[in-house]
Amino acid sequence: MFDLEQRFLSTERIELSSLHFIIYHSHPHSSSNISLKTSKWTQNKGMYQVIEGIISPVNDNYGKKELAAAKHRVAMVRLALQTSSWIRVDQWESEQKEWIETVKVLRHHYSELLRKEATNSNAGSEIPTEDIATPAYTAAPELKLLCGADILKTFQTPNLWKDEHIQEIVEKFGLVCVSRAGHDFQQYISESAILTHYQHNIHLVKNVVQSDLSATYVRQALYQGQSVKYLIPDSVISYIKDHDLYREERK
Amino acid sequence: MYQVIEGIISPVNDNYGKKELAAAKHRVAMVRLALQTSSWIRVDQWESEQKEWIETVKVLRHHYSELLRKEATNSNAGSEIPTEDIATPAYTAAPELKLLCGADILKTFQTPNLWKDEHIQEIVEKFGLVCVSRAGHDFQQYISESAILTHYQHNIHLVKNVVQSDLSATYVRQALYQGQSVKYLIPDSVISYIKDHDLYREERK
Repeated sequence: MFDLEQRFLSTERIELSSLHFIIYHSHPHSSSNISLKTSKWTQNKGMYQVIEGIISPVNDNYGKKELAAAKHRVAMVRLALQTSSWIRVDQWESEQKEWIETVKVLRHHYSELLRKEATNSNAGSEIPTEDIATPAYTAAPELKLLCGADILKTFQTPNLWKDEHIQEIVEKFGLVCVSRAGHDFQQYISESAILTHYQHNIHLVKNVVQSDLSATYVRQALYQGQSVKYLIPDSVISYIKDHDLYREERK
Repeated sequence: MYQVIEGIISPVNDNYGKKELAAAKHRVAMVRLALQTSSWIRVDQWESEQKEWIETVKVLRHHYSELLRKEATNSNAGSEIPTEDIATPAYTAAPELKLLCGADILKTFQTPNLWKDEHIQEIVEKFGLVCVSRAGHDFQQYISESAILTHYQHNIHLVKNVVQSDLSATYVRQALYQGQSVKYLIPDSVISYIKDHDLYREERK
């Protein structure tokens, strides 16, 4: 999940000037999702101000065997985000009784976002952010799914996503896709009628630093007793050691 | 088989003349911060404190003689060099000091007048190289293109990077010059240091 952090950061660097919302969602078969809440400048520059990033670890009932228990994944993400000024971990998805489809997680966070805005408006204060230069804005906030370009490809997998969900994600929310080696963003879009239709709402962010670090690699290294120092934060390495995670089960 | 005892990061002397580098004292401090939680790698200031830039082979010779000196001291005191990794309490083989570098260094051996031939020979013959693979560099080709490297290839070890990344110090400096964040690329402690000391920023006119 930490390579996602890196990509996310490069997203912030590159896209802030050209604007859009950024939301992140990892491959459905990995351990965490990220969403980002932003709000749009009213001057119609097409510019976005990034307000918040949300990492939402997937529910245990998703069934991916090599994942640690949700409480641990939430704790590890929290440790990794300790020094972040704008990204936070959210446990809602992981605390539900069953696995929740991505679009429902987006709907939940969006309604939470609106609810907080309404509360703040009533109290007469703006949503606090260090980045907003103009104190007041009137455009509705937007929540986008930030993900690797490989997610676009999974839209093609039969029976993996419901068509109406794909439509809602790209139409009502929007995607920000971080380039990933071996994945052709344009091709995935052109191979799908829905994606082609809503391509104006699908933004590609180029990773300035290419790396093939993945959560899968880190778990495998740990299973083989190899060091992952400098790949993930020291605080997370300590947590993994203290809680005996990602180790062979003793027979 | 080798037992890894120690790693030494030796920041280059300011007189090397690479313009975009911060002053040696800062580079030493940043490496020290980055290595705070390492159990076996340390930063060494000797090279950076010399009056002039020092050729690589001389830095190797210095550290090797220091290594031997410490071993002699420890032997006289009757204790082994402490290490958490040695399974056998006593060993008699001479310690070895190798140059760890990116595979791109092998390529630079071909650049005319960059390295002295006798230095290349001493490095690969008396010390040895451990080269970490780097995207876009063909290790085997560099060896085969050089008679010296081919002759001593038994003393040149390639280590495959399990995680390929094109992150480089040059990239990080450029990002900082452009006012971009480098969070998650380098440790938070080093980012704070860079900010506190106003490093890698455009000079104000």
